[in-house]
Amino acid sequence: MSAEAHDDHGHHHKETFITKYIFSQDHKMIAKQYLITGLFMGIIGIAMSLLFRLQLAWPEQSFGIFSSLLGKWAPDGVMDPNVYLALVTIHGTIMVFFVLTAGLSGTFSNLLIPLQIGARDMASGLLNMISYWLFFLSCVVMLGSLFVEAGPAAAGWTIYPPLSALPQAQPGSGLGMTLWLVSMAIFIASSLLGSLNYIVTVINLRTKGMSMTRLPLTIWAFFVTAIIGVVSFPVLLSAALMLIMDRSFGTSFFLSDIFIQGEVLHYQGGSPVLFEHLFWFLGHPEVYIVLLPALGITSEVLATNARKPIFGYRAMVASILAIAFLSTIVWGHHMFISGMNPFLGSVFTFTTLLIAIPSAVKAFNYITTLWKGNLQFNPGMLFSIGLVSTFISGGLTGIILGDSTLDINVHDTYFVVAHFHLVMGISALYGLFAGVYHWFPKMFGRMMNKNLGYVHFWVTAVCAYGVFFPMHFVGMAGLPRRYYTNTAFPYFDDLADVNVVITIFALIAGAAQLVFLYNFIHSMFYGKRAETNPWRSNTLEWTTPVEHFHGNWAGEIPHVHRWAYDYSKPGHDEDFVPQNIPLKKGEEELNH
Amino acid sequence: MTALLTITILILIAIAIWQMTKIFQLTQVARENSQVATYKDNDFQGKLMYVFLVFIYLITIYSFWAWGDVLLPESASEHGVEYDRLMWISFVLIFFVQTVTQALLHYFSYKYRGLENTKALFYADNDRLEFIWTIIPVIVLAGLILYGLYTWTNIMNIEEDDDSLVVELYAQQFNWKARYAGQDNVLGDANVRFLQDYDGKNLVGIDSSDPNGQDDIVVQELHLPVGRQVIFKMRSQDVLHSAYMPHFRAQMNCVPGMITQFAFVPTKTTEEMRMLPEVAAKVQRINKIRHENSQELIANGEEPLDAYQFDYLLLCNKICGASHYNMQMKIIVESEEDFNKWLAEQATFAEVIQ
Repeated sequence: MSAEAHDDHGHHHKETFITKYIFSQDHKMIAKQYLITGLFMGIIGIAMSLLFRLQLAWPEQSFGIFSSLLGKWAPDGVMDPNVYLALVTIHGTIMVFFVLTAGLSGTFSNLLIPLQIGARDMASGLLNMISYWLFFLSCVVMLGSLFVEAGPAAAGWTIYPPLSALPQAQPGSGLGMTLWLVSMAIFIASSLLGSLNYIVTVINLRTKGMSMTRLPLTIWAFFVTAIIGVVSFPVLLSAALMLIMDRSFGTSFFLSDIFIQGEVLHYQGGSPVLFEHLFWFLGHPEVYIVLLPALGITSEVLATNARKPIFGYRAMVASILAIAFLSTIVWGHHMFISGMNPFLGSVFTFTTLLIAIPSAVKAFNYITTLWKGNLQFNPGMLFSIGLVSTFISGGLTGIILGDSTLDINVHDTYFVVAHFHLVMGISALYGLFAGVYHWFPKMFGRMMNKNLGYVHFWVTAVCAYGVFFPMHFVGMAGLPRRYYTNTAFPYFDDLADVNVVITIFALIAGAAQLVFLYNFIHSMFYGKRAETNPWRSNTLEWTTPVEHFHGNWAGEIPHVHRWAYDYSKPGHDEDFVPQNIPLKKGEEELNH
Repeated sequence: MTALLTITILILIAIAIWQMTKIFQLTQVARENSQVATYKDNDFQGKLMYVFLVFIYLITIYSFWAWGDVLLPESASEHGVEYDRLMWISFVLIFFVQTVTQALLHYFSYKYRGLENTKALFYADNDRLEFIWTIIPVIVLAGLILYGLYTWTNIMNIEEDDDSLVVELYAQQFNWKARYAGQDNVLGDANVRFLQDYDGKNLVGIDSSDPNGQDDIVVQELHLPVGRQVIFKMRSQDVLHSAYMPHFRAQMNCVPGMITQFAFVPTKTTEEMRMLPEVAAKVQRINKIRHENSQELIANGEEPLDAYQFDYLLLCNKICGASHYNMQMKIIVESEEDFNKWLAEQATFAEVIQ
């Protein structure tokens, strides 16, 4: 791409409101669009979780908020069981795909890939724009599904057939499920376009001197995430298409020998287990699609604020690659008791527990990065440390769930819910928050209020453990997930007060997010104006001016002479040396 | 009332947050407004990190103290003992690693908080250190994997012998049925196509032309003889279900169109289980809660709750629709004689369809 051509295009060219703010092809604007859409979806997803937490703590009680929000689905303010299932389904879908995939990876891949590798924009601005608008469309369809007569999809976010395939099985499997599938198909198209763009950009558009071994770990994480996405999302698309065929065109990919509502259906020879395989072939890598960008952001924020190189750069890259590779061969650990051949269970136990090794390496490297640092506790730093904490707490219980034997009795209980919320839900959310606090000055040219950031972090951090730590006990007591209430079993009566504690922490955590939203919106307009490089960081995005324009750098794109982590390097006056500063005479380059 | 309570709580939370912001503000120099952390911020936040470490430990300890007794009682099956041992080993390991790593993470955050004269050490790499913390997880996990796989193979390798009892668990929205193989100990062929035969009396779709099916017995309550291997064959007629028997450390999905299986040997009769001190204590606790709740119901002019006594449970553990939360069957483990006596009283398929 010629630099000159783009300069022209850059600041002299006048843009209309529509090309600048709506159908923008500028990666920075698209990043902001992703972020704001993702946050909007996040509000809905989190609000839903609060609604069903109310039901779990005070089952079958009447709440005014239920009748006002759920209308006829909460007669007399009491939540209907079908609505409960719909809420958990849509909460899961929204949080996993719309917030933590598109909202996290979409925002920061778009913002940081061109800026940190030294490119004027993505390889294809047009594809990038289409990718965002497809994402937007999929959000609209998903939210639209909330308003259909029989209610939205309610088969769990994993939409296992036959439950999801047969409208006779539950009301949510009618039009609601059709819209869910359509929305996901559009979402996958969006994700693939985005991912291809990220991969091409990282491979082709790095500035002079930006070798792969000098890439910041954020870029490594986004790059590898995009590759996992391209490998695994199409498989979910195929599963969705086959499910659509089964639902609407009478095929039997996933269905066989079914008798429902007094009628034998014609389906013969299919198997729901096949769907589970296809779903989890995406579903498990998806965990890392969510998590790797958060870990990438953490690496960057942690090193910058520790004023210290990230410890073991090469090991960090190697562990990202190892996690990416292993993530595609562990999906069967979701299916130990699905009726799959037990020998396969053994294989998947083996690969699953292997993934603990690169994860452990990452955790230890983060901790060592802090050791003898000069820690600057900006809000982004707090969330990064918080991420490492929840990543460890949640990751460790994975040793139990990944072991096929132990999985037998905790599978699908609240133990699983606690595990994955800590290790991927909360961790990835912390990554998202760390990213927002850290790159807000880059995105909006203003600073977020740090005190509100501190409050946001501490309340959230306490509540996150307050919600999910006790939840392990609920699971180990044997309570299955996705139960509308546990009052049908007197055996679980003594779980009532744990559920109340969890819900109270959840409500407080929800309130704390309002602090973040206020801070975000207020700072966007009234925040203190940012300096060019407020965190005194090494990466290239901080060499661009605060004012945004298409093309990023006014003059020539800076050349890169060193890796991104020369913090507190002896022989320099400042405690940071940006990547575009040439090596001093006799200075040794370091990038391990 | 709830609305009022909710509003009060929300207001209190808002005030608390506002107060906390004030506290953070007061810790800073008044005129400073760069929104970048200062030494004072670092000092305070670093100390909070230390406090947070204490919080993590406290919430762990508190949870065990407050809710340790909701956990499942000791296993009532043969393989469950092995299961519990592996679980216990994994937990010891997890707690050790959790305690140490969280301590390091938060202690370092506190110790190395950026103060006025602090400097960071330029320390990017140490191959030996990284080798150590790669190889230690490798060794530990290798041990866990081997132990886990050994146990898994033992549990899942189901060997049928003359003494085994074959039982079919049959799932449908939203109840369970069990089918015993009868005198011949062979389950007759079955398919959903036969469900409508005999005016709906063919509850699990037994093929009436298969002689093996004639003596099959279909029931709504699962009885198991103690000390004998039970081989479960799972079927579902509509959507996925999962047969979850937590007290036996047993679970297997029921998949329409295929037969899945799981086996275990029950080791404690229902009566013996009720006598276990931890179970008795739990039942007592539950009945106390039920009694308190009943007072409220009586005050509202409703029926009080029944007293609870322990029974083994079969629960559905795969989302299956609106009443998923109430898809259950009682399991009764009893002596061989009691079991045979009970079974003899049940009608065979041939008798039912006459």
